[in-house]
Amino acid sequence: MTFDAEFFNIGYLDNLSYKDTFVHRLDPRVKLLVSFIFIMFVVSFPKYDLSGLIPFFIYPVFLLTAGDIPLRAIAKKVLFVSPFALFVGIFNPLLDTDVLLTLFGIPISGGWISFLSIIVKFILTVSTALLLIAATSFLGLCEALERLKLPRIFVIQLLFLYRYLFVLLEETFRMLRAKDARSFGKRGSEIKTFIRLISILLVRTVERAERIYQAMLSRGFRGEIKVLKRHRLRFQDLVFVVSSIGLFYLFRNYNIVHILGEVVERSLR
Amino acid sequence: MHMADALLSPAVGGTFWAGTLGAIAYAAKKLRENLDDRFIPLMGVLGAFIFAGQMINFTIPGTGSSGHIGGGMLLAILLGPYAAFLVIASVLTIQALFFADGGLLALGANIWNLGIYPCFIAYPLIYRFIVRNRNTPSRITIASILSVVFGLELGALSVVLQTKISGITELPFGTFVIVMLPIHLAIGVVEGFITAGVVNYVRTLRPDIIEHVEGVKALSSSVSMKKIVIVFAIFTVLAGGIFSWFASTYPDGLEWSIEKIYGKAEIPERQTPVSEILSETQKKTAILPDYSLPSAGKGEEKPSWPSVDTITSLSGLLGGIMVLAVVVIFGIGIKVIRKLRRT
Repeated sequence: MTFDAEFFNIGYLDNLSYKDTFVHRLDPRVKLLVSFIFIMFVVSFPKYDLSGLIPFFIYPVFLLTAGDIPLRAIAKKVLFVSPFALFVGIFNPLLDTDVLLTLFGIPISGGWISFLSIIVKFILTVSTALLLIAATSFLGLCEALERLKLPRIFVIQLLFLYRYLFVLLEETFRMLRAKDARSFGKRGSEIKTFIRLISILLVRTVERAERIYQAMLSRGFRGEIKVLKRHRLRFQDLVFVVSSIGLFYLFRNYNIVHILGEVVERSLR
Repeated sequence: MHMADALLSPAVGGTFWAGTLGAIAYAAKKLRENLDDRFIPLMGVLGAFIFAGQMINFTIPGTGSSGHIGGGMLLAILLGPYAAFLVIASVLTIQALFFADGGLLALGANIWNLGIYPCFIAYPLIYRFIVRNRNTPSRITIASILSVVFGLELGALSVVLQTKISGITELPFGTFVIVMLPIHLAIGVVEGFITAGVVNYVRTLRPDIIEHVEGVKALSSSVSMKKIVIVFAIFTVLAGGIFSWFASTYPDGLEWSIEKIYGKAEIPERQTPVSEILSETQKKTAILPDYSLPSAGKGEEKPSWPSVDTITSLSGLLGGIMVLAVVVIFGIGIKVIRKLRRT
């Protein structure tokens, strides 16, 4: 059942984010910013540029290894997500058949290159997003968003959602188990049943929200939630920002792959 | 229908992030003006509800495959447009982070596609228009189906436009639209039917849940109609702007790259890395070069057009393997250092 898989996945990534490594200790704002800039650099490559993207693997690899995050957890996720990008990309080889280059006598069309470039971009951006959350606790990210001046109510909303996500998922799981125990074979997944299930879940959710509100009131809630500031910008944060952005800039403007390849080839001759 | 980072150009992704951030700020401001404290936990928990609800599957009639709800319009009906928009934005944010649905850059576009259209266009213009103050089940059903379909179709169209403007796919615009719109019409009808079913059923269980919020909104939506027209106008201008930018730069970029290809093909000798670096440096004075520009300037592979050298592509391959090796060694190095430190 995919339900378990999804459920444990959130929990798993959440657990990873409580490790204590160099990457985990960096200010969440810094990680968010650098990751976003990284993605901007990656997607700024034109569609036929494949080689220029390769050096960019260094950033996810850095987060992965320095953050002590198991490769399998990330790789599995990356392999299974977003059929949409693949669906859109797969038409490129069919529609763009102009030969762009020949490798060992095999002609390679522009479509295949742009398709591969979509795949590489996809792997880079998706793994970075996952690694970001695996290397930063969700609370840390919310703190970062708040300090980056996003509206407070949005941040509070995120915190609430995250806090009650696990609770509601468990509740849903109980309801589904009860439903499964009462239905055989394919029965029990009709739209009518589904509407009832969702409705009951909705009513229970609203009632839970009312209880939460009462509980908050009795603890002195006055429409304001303070987000704890736990991080300060330190020297190593600055070093991280400057060096990684500098590196991205270098990779973007000089095709390292190309330069290295030519040097090697010349020395081979 | 989640957009993905890999399909976006920085200009398109950035534009939609800007639009989305603006909308979030606007919705937050609107909410602060007349916010009932009770709304704060309600919004958060309803976000979690959408998440949990998406874990329940149902069989799509006639096909045998299964689907789940999106829930955007349901939220708009329960919470009103502003709160619903913030909830949708937060659900999508968590999905982008934990499930890598789309990605961080595409998140702006995704919030736009799945949040703005249902909350600020379909809900006020269609749902409220049909339902008004007469909450009969049949009205709710018709209004839900129409508004969900309309919101989804706008979102789908928006996905097509964003992908197309980014210029990553070769899919012709027409084909893309013909594929996307009917699929989302079908999805929309089912989703609208379910939304109506839930709203009607919840009304029989706890009418206050629907009515209470309805009351709040009747007030705020009468005020907001003007604002919605403004949002609509801004959007039109924005879309028009992007479109004309696209229309003017795209053929140019293409022509330019073709020119480049032929221009280079005439030159008998390859440039040395040094001269290449020098010419590159000249071009790269901008921090983030415009998207279409480097496609011609950077495309070192491109000049190796049919007849000429396998040499550039071979060196590309060699270099690629080497860089990958360096990255792997780098990773292993960090692992080793970490291990040594620990012991």
